[in-house]
Amino acid sequence: MRLLVFASRNRKELLRDPLNLAFGVGFPVVLLLLLSAIQANIPVSLFKIARLAPGIAVFGLSFISLFSGTLIAKDRTTSFLMRLFATPLTASDFILGYALPLLPMALAQSAICFIVSFFLGLPVNANVLLALVVLIPTAVLFISIGLLAGTVFSDKQVGAICGALLTNVAAWLSGTWFDLSLVGGAFKTIAYLLPFAHAVDATRAAIAGDYASILPHLWWVGGYAVAVACIAIVVFKRKMSSDSM
Amino acid sequence: MMTAIQAIGLTKKYGAKTAVNALDLSVGQGELFALLGVNGAGKTTTIKMLTCLTRPTSGDAILLGESVVSRPDAVKAKTNVSPQETAVAPNLSVTENLELIAGIYGSDKKAARRKADQMLSAFGLTEQAMDRAKTLSGGMQRRLSIAMALISDPQILFLDEPTLGLDVLARRELWAAIEELKGRVTIVLTTHYMEEAQALSDRIGIMAKGELRAIGTAAELLSKTGARTLEDAFVSLATEPGARI
Repeated sequence: MRLLVFASRNRKELLRDPLNLAFGVGFPVVLLLLLSAIQANIPVSLFKIARLAPGIAVFGLSFISLFSGTLIAKDRTTSFLMRLFATPLTASDFILGYALPLLPMALAQSAICFIVSFFLGLPVNANVLLALVVLIPTAVLFISIGLLAGTVFSDKQVGAICGALLTNVAAWLSGTWFDLSLVGGAFKTIAYLLPFAHAVDATRAAIAGDYASILPHLWWVGGYAVAVACIAIVVFKRKMSSDSM
Repeated sequence: MMTAIQAIGLTKKYGAKTAVNALDLSVGQGELFALLGVNGAGKTTTIKMLTCLTRPTSGDAILLGESVVSRPDAVKAKTNVSPQETAVAPNLSVTENLELIAGIYGSDKKAARRKADQMLSAFGLTEQAMDRAKTLSGGMQRRLSIAMALISDPQILFLDEPTLGLDVLARRELWAAIEELKGRVTIVLTTHYMEEAQALSDRIGIMAKGELRAIGTAAELLSKTGARTLEDAFVSLATEPGARI
């Protein structure tokens, strides 16, 4: 009950911030339309809708870190979290209360991305539903990054780290904007040591119906998601019991 | 008078710095006790220990029979706090803020609504009920913050610098609201406004450099120090090394 009350508050705070909607839904859709327009005039295989939509869906999810991180950091810096720490809410109430409202938001964001993609030529079939399922570990990963960043940094720092750095790293190293093989070498190696390219490849495989190729990529994303989620929980709990929240 | 708060050797150290040193304090049920001190005197740290937001380095405090060290959850269920900064959820309405705290303390939806209506009426916030908290004036936000602390029907209420930064009119309005609570709820109020402590409290404790230098009614403090005003009494107690009555 307490958890649901707190989660409901977080959902309202997130949905009532117009910047969240603009960046979370609007920006990825604009990019989708823009790159599809480029593709219509100068055909590039990378920007074919079946390859582009998964990349934009993953890129859009990177903003979830910014939303969750900013909310938590603001709660900390305004003493709102201190007020809540004096209530009977437990550590798990806090962590789940912050994370739970973001998961449906992330799924809705990805669904909107695919729905817009339908109008741009993406085939309407069950593979899109599979792609939404495949994106869940990616959503958990970005939510956890936000939880960790919001626990450690101020809201301004979260803006810089999650809003600028993370979204750029997630974009450049995901293979959405250019084929990673074109750069190759250490760049490609690093990209595939990180989860973002794997998240895009797994979603592309789901959309393409190449089911066998999904899991090898999804393990990477799932592994990162579990690791970052565990670190975020440990750090949040430590901060909660320390004097420096 | 039954004892609501009994602090025994309550101490908090941050590394080599002692923020609160061996505080012994007893506050009766229904009493309004003011902790007076300059910035850094240890008032907020004392409140943080009494509200289980930070663990004492040594010593203990018993609140209504429950220890802040061994039974913090039981203490939290009986107390509430209005932090120094106005800690409200900015994108929630005034009513939603109140319902949030009521819900966290276990009220169901219907009860939370009823309690919120009572608080809106008691604190003169009915007209602003549907306004988002971030649009309220500083004085109104502070009123909401105190109403949020009271909606859980706490037996002990902590008000940390409740009128800090408010103009004279807003301060007087808040004083009237606090006066209304006297006798019904045990209140510990920190302030560095002499007139506030004198006007509101049954007894005053003067803190300096982490130590409780004096305790008594305003008249007792004046009589013991031979000062003409509470401010004179405070200055002599807070500035003279080792001064204690």
